[in-house]
Amino acid sequence: MGKRKPVPDRDQEPVVQRIRIRYAKRGRLRFTSHRDFARALERAVRRAEVPIAYSAGFSPHPKISYVGASPTGVASEAEYAEVGLRRPMDADALRQALDAALPPGIDVVDAVVSAGGSLADRIQVSRWRLELPGVAPDELAVAVETFMAAPEAPVERSTKQGRRTLDARAPVERCQVVEEPTSMGETSTSVEGLAAPLPGYPAPCAILDLVVRHVTPSVRPDEILAGLRSVADLEPPAPVRATRVAQGVFTEDGDVADPLAADREGTPQR
Amino acid sequence: MSAASVFPRLEPLLPRVSKPIQYVGGELNAVAKDWDSAAVRWALMYPDAYEVGQPNQGVQILYEVLNERDDVLAERTYAVWPDLEALMREHGVPQFTVDAHRPVAAFDLFGVSFATEMGYTNLLAALDLAQIPLDAAARDESHPVVIAGGHAAFNPEPIADFIDAAVLGDGEEAVLEITDIVRAWKADGRPGGRDELLLRLARTEAVYVPRFYDVDYLPDGRIQRVIPNRAEVPFRVHKRTTMDLDQWPYPKQPLVPLAETVHERYAVEIFRGCTRGCRFCQAGMITRPVRERSITTIGDMVERGIKESGFNEVGLLSLSSADHSEIGDVCSGLADRYEGDNVSLSLPSTRVDAFNVTLAQELSRNGRRSGLTFAPEGGSERIRRVINKMVSEEDLIRTVVTAYQGGWRQVKLYFMCGLPTETDDDVLQIARLAHEVIKAGREATGSKDIRCTVSIGGFVPKPHTPFQWASQADPETVDRRLKLLKQEINSNRSLGRAIGYRYHDGEPSVIEGLLSRGDRRVGAVIRRVWEQGGRFDGWSEHFSYRRWTDAAAEALEPMGVSLAWYTLRERDENEVLPWDHLDSGLDKEWLWADWQDSLSEVEQDDCRWTPCFDCGVCPGMDTEIQIGPTGRKLLPLTVV
Ligand code: SF4
Repeated sequence: MGKRKPVPDRDQEPVVQRIRIRYAKRGRLRFTSHRDFARALERAVRRAEVPIAYSAGFSPHPKISYVGASPTGVASEAEYAEVGLRRPMDADALRQALDAALPPGIDVVDAVVSAGGSLADRIQVSRWRLELPGVAPDELAVAVETFMAAPEAPVERSTKQGRRTLDARAPVERCQVVEEPTSMGETSTSVEGLAAPLPGYPAPCAILDLVVRHVTPSVRPDEILAGLRSVADLEPPAPVRATRVAQGVFTEDGDVADPLAADREGTPQR
Repeated sequence: MSAASVFPRLEPLLPRVSKPIQYVGGELNAVAKDWDSAAVRWALMYPDAYEVGQPNQGVQILYEVLNERDDVLAERTYAVWPDLEALMREHGVPQFTVDAHRPVAAFDLFGVSFATEMGYTNLLAALDLAQIPLDAAARDESHPVVIAGGHAAFNPEPIADFIDAAVLGDGEEAVLEITDIVRAWKADGRPGGRDELLLRLARTEAVYVPRFYDVDYLPDGRIQRVIPNRAEVPFRVHKRTTMDLDQWPYPKQPLVPLAETVHERYAVEIFRGCTRGCRFCQAGMITRPVRERSITTIGDMVERGIKESGFNEVGLLSLSSADHSEIGDVCSGLADRYEGDNVSLSLPSTRVDAFNVTLAQELSRNGRRSGLTFAPEGGSERIRRVINKMVSEEDLIRTVVTAYQGGWRQVKLYFMCGLPTETDDDVLQIARLAHEVIKAGREATGSKDIRCTVSIGGFVPKPHTPFQWASQADPETVDRRLKLLKQEINSNRSLGRAIGYRYHDGEPSVIEGLLSRGDRRVGAVIRRVWEQGGRFDGWSEHFSYRRWTDAAAEALEPMGVSLAWYTLRERDENEVLPWDHLDSGLDKEWLWADWQDSLSEVEQDDCRWTPCFDCGVCPGMDTEIQIGPTGRKLLPLTVV
């Protein structure tokens, strides 16, 4: 490439407001990778003419930070990002503008002005819903019991650095077979299509409700499935579909609380 | 075939393949139309992977033009990688569109745009996956009409067995006319079946239907004649030319991919056609005459395109963008409009002159500076006269020095190897030029920190150019010259260190040569290669020279011809060329005269600035040069 001139005399305006957004990856767009999403959001910001702030430097980047993105191929109802604005804006107007500028299936579902504090610190657990086509609920219940009773469930992950062993059992706080697909609580009933039967998947279809703590390295739903396979011999005959239903603060009663609640109340937490 | 979505069957396969996002569609500005509301339905294909095919302008324009009509539906499909192909075969999932995941076989028309002949094996792979018979003759009324377009369609003979029709030239109006014919035929109750439909298309004289032409051969293998085998079918089929590009400001709603693709930018074609007359350049010959978009239309398209897409990069495309009559005002106007907006503008132009550097400077006002490439194409003044690339050594050195002085530390120089009449010395001159460039650059800037990259492409003679008669250099000669050149560049260590060297070996060019100038007999080679697993031949990691040469030996030699016969053989004036019945507007006599001029190293000027030199296109196609200046300027955008 050509010579890089010293940064032109064009200071970027500072961030005056931060807005935290929750977005969903639905349907076929669950195959969007995190990189793909980041590019799409940057374009949406430009397309919606959001007064985004840019980083200084030779090639300025829009001020957007992401927290704990879900793996490619996994649908999610609860992904989070924070955008830095150079002019203040109504949070819901931002939500609507970004949602309209993104393709249907990547949907911005919530936006709250940041009250400060670290959002990442409030993303402590994920709640997952796993659909296991071809697996009967009773069969799954037996496997889950064995899995939860096991002291550990070592699984292998291959990384660029080679293979490493993780414990898929330790971070699992809850693992339950769901009786009724609609009894998933508030989040899922408000989500269109989530409970719809999947065409092309063999019946029956057992559903698993998981709450998993975020540890380092993070344990993914497919690794918990691998754990179910290794300690409880569960072999789903068809690909399992996973959806992240919620992310947030781990409450004392073992549930997941809205990570934006503190911002909504205007009280910076932590 | 049922038009029901195959997505439920495809979805379980996607977690098992690489980059599944490329198969799901759902891009911003993609259109989802109701199947039953459409009278005519097109599946459009760019026969390469999504990452290459999605940004293709031609397909995007036709997609938009067609979908704008109420009763027409168009969806897109791309080549699937071998990992998904294997799974699709295992699970019986047919070739699908990414928009609504419908089987390609359910559409009325299957339009495939060939920018290069190297996509032919991917056409066969897609047809077979779509469960459409490979042989056009074996298709019935239930199958789509398979239509080839794009530059390679100017000689579709090698794929004549596999396509039902080909359209030469600009597609915007052609697809609408074809749509009208299909609509009327369906409304009439499909009289006469597929044959009647193809006949109605052929009668327009703008759609080539290979099955209505017979090819006879001479005992020595050359073509004796190509003649219609039906009354009402024209002797020659003419290319389409869309005039007044301001009336066709597409893409208006650019498709914005989620997957990573090779070009993520809003591209506006600032003019079509080129009359610089480079003799190797098929694109320049078959897209004449020059038709500019006006400065105001360009400004409006860029404004709308950025708004609709959110892209932060704009490309001002054409065959030689610096030649637009108002390019200076276009660049400064856009640079003013987007200054401080973090939108980067690029002008892919390889013209060797200082003005080009000035334009690049102007566009980089935003702080982002793109690379500079200059294309002298030939190493010696002699060979540049042969190819009609009028660049003097002095100009080249002056231009590159201007770039170094303007702050570029590196430039790219593009050349070709294997040109007609080329000698070793012509190629070695490239090294001398590169040395001179570095020397002059060091002197002018007082810095050792300047570089150039010499990039070499293999020359392939193309139909409808003055070099259509030429012998292609054999790969051994090309590879030997490239090796000599490398040694010559490094013969001076100090200068050689500042010069990067990029080239491809000569083998793929030979296959491209076979597919470019081949006739119908070459179809058997393509089929054989596809059967042996040939796919994605434009990708070096998938291309197998051996597979092609074996298939060529097997399929061609029993017919008394060979790979060498098609590629290395120089043709004489009277030979019937496989594409003679396909009219690009260029007079064959003019092309021959230009070929003779080339051999005597006589140059030809550009008809935009000097009188018409009677290449035949304008009177033959009833077209004219459409260029500015309009005298208008781009006004600042009103701030909202
Ligand atoms: S016919 Fe004349 S004016 Fe038209 S493109 Fe050819 S040379 Fe140029």
